[in-house]
Amino acid sequence: MTDVAVDIRDLTRRFGALTAVSHLTLRILRGEVFGLLGPNGSGKTTTIRMLCGLLEPTEGDATVAGIDVRLAPERVKTQVGYMSQRFGLYEDLTVGENLDFYGGIYGLRGAARRQRVGVVVEFLGVGGRLGQLAGQLSGGWKQRLALGCALLHQPPVLFLDEPTAGVDPAARRNFWRAIHDLARDGTTVLVTTHYMDEAERCDRLAMLSLGHLIALGTPPEVAQQVGGKTLEDAYIILQEKDEG
Amino acid sequence: MRRFWPMVRKEFIQMRRDRLTLGIMFGIPVVQLLMFGYAIQTDVRHIPTVVVDASRTPESRAIIQALENTGNFRIVAYADDRGTLDDAIARGRAQAGIVVPYDYARNLGRGSTASFQVIVDASDPLSSQSALAAAAGVAQVRNLELLAALAGRSTLPLDARIRPRYNPGLRSPTYIVPGLVGLILTMTMVLITAVAIVRERERGTLEQLIVTPISRTELMLGKITPYVGVGLFQMTAVLLLGRFVFDVPLVGSIGLLYAVSLLFIVASLSLGLFISTLVKTQQQAMQLSFFFMLPSILLSGFMFPREAMPVAFQWISLLIPLTHFLKILRGILLKGVGIGPIAPQILILCGFAVGLIALAVRRFHKTLD
Repeated sequence: MTDVAVDIRDLTRRFGALTAVSHLTLRILRGEVFGLLGPNGSGKTTTIRMLCGLLEPTEGDATVAGIDVRLAPERVKTQVGYMSQRFGLYEDLTVGENLDFYGGIYGLRGAARRQRVGVVVEFLGVGGRLGQLAGQLSGGWKQRLALGCALLHQPPVLFLDEPTAGVDPAARRNFWRAIHDLARDGTTVLVTTHYMDEAERCDRLAMLSLGHLIALGTPPEVAQQVGGKTLEDAYIILQEKDEG
Repeated sequence: MRRFWPMVRKEFIQMRRDRLTLGIMFGIPVVQLLMFGYAIQTDVRHIPTVVVDASRTPESRAIIQALENTGNFRIVAYADDRGTLDDAIARGRAQAGIVVPYDYARNLGRGSTASFQVIVDASDPLSSQSALAAAAGVAQVRNLELLAALAGRSTLPLDARIRPRYNPGLRSPTYIVPGLVGLILTMTMVLITAVAIVRERERGTLEQLIVTPISRTELMLGKITPYVGVGLFQMTAVLLLGRFVFDVPLVGSIGLLYAVSLLFIVASLSLGLFISTLVKTQQQAMQLSFFFMLPSILLSGFMFPREAMPVAFQWISLLIPLTHFLKILRGILLKGVGIGPIAPQILILCGFAVGLIALAVRRFHKTLD
């Protein structure tokens, strides 16, 4: 039990007539880097939002770090770090001010906050940019800052929704290095992505199509289940099926 | 409430960086005050007047002079006939006319009724009112003098001594400036917080914020707190300008005034937050704020006396916080009353402040749907 970080059972979300996520059942283990893969509209973002307490499930339930997202969404929020698809930090605050603010909002004060901000700043190497407005950062730096803000409270579970969209290859590689460092220290990471090379770097993957779970397993297993030689084949097969 | 202060700090930094909004917030009190203080005068005086004096006697000149002396009529032209006078009023060159018929002095001398005519353009009732009253007054005074002379008396039998208290000069600024404190606070405070939540939603920062454990109350109170300071600053600016530029006497307790104003500021900010939870875009937030502002200006008693409104509107106006705040403002600033006479209004404002915050917190959900 203690090794299951995210336990999803029969999770369903409807928006009116549209079913965005349909009866999804998944278990993500502690310390795993777990990828959610699927074309646009496959339900990746909706799933993540339900898991961090931003959307209420229509049916089914899920626990994150042992907490029921339906019963205690606010307690779940203390246990997860979240990076949304769109840059969600304050562009009119500096890097340092954003970190201070989120440190404070996660309940850190005084010396404890300074210490945690210091650790995160060093981990992500943003020390030289503390005084720069977040809005003036490039995509790669924005993404690092967003990850930093999501890590301040040392969450056991991290949800990253397309964290590397619009980021250059070098910055993406650094980012993934950081993700694996975190996982090694026991953080569970659930990440959605469009990039096949990134999907290959996940321990396990779940492939979604129109809200349904299509395949689950290691990257080669998933490719095989969908019927492609590589993951990329599998993805394209799926996308063509969805659009057709 | 440990997440409250980080929220306040963040709002404060953002407010400081948003130079345009800041400029508008600090500029509005000054511009509004000068506009209302100088341009808007409800006591209309010196209206352009055309005179037709067919009598051309010392008596006729005396009555024309008496009318001019009231300060309500400013003679711009003398005409020979009625036609010219009517034409001048129709074209808007004049707003009033005085006609003294050829037999004026003769009738006066004979002891029969002499008449003169005062024509006022009443298409704008506000500007014609005082002219009409002045004309009637002039006739009455002349009548009394003539009657007293006939009766052989040098003094009048009756004398009403009227004392206009609290605003002896019946000046507009004295009446307008205290109300302006309330109007400016309503306009800026409601609008500023009305866009507060939707702006975060539109910029994409709300999602990141509500995925944290911050409570709804911490979020809401943190959002409004920095603007309480802005409100107090605006109020101070209006009072200082009112005192030193427009000579408005500020007689009451300033401490009491600030304490009560704090309630009104919080109520207005909370109303804005409530609006913010009702709408999807900043544009809708602004429209809804203006929808609320118009009745605040028209029904609260800021410009038009509530006593003159139909009963139904008087009741509606009680739902507007400004209505109650105006009573407090005028009570403290002009009459110098203490807490006693305005206690009911203070309680009502408390109710508005607490109720509106509760409503905003209740309406706001930390989810995306």
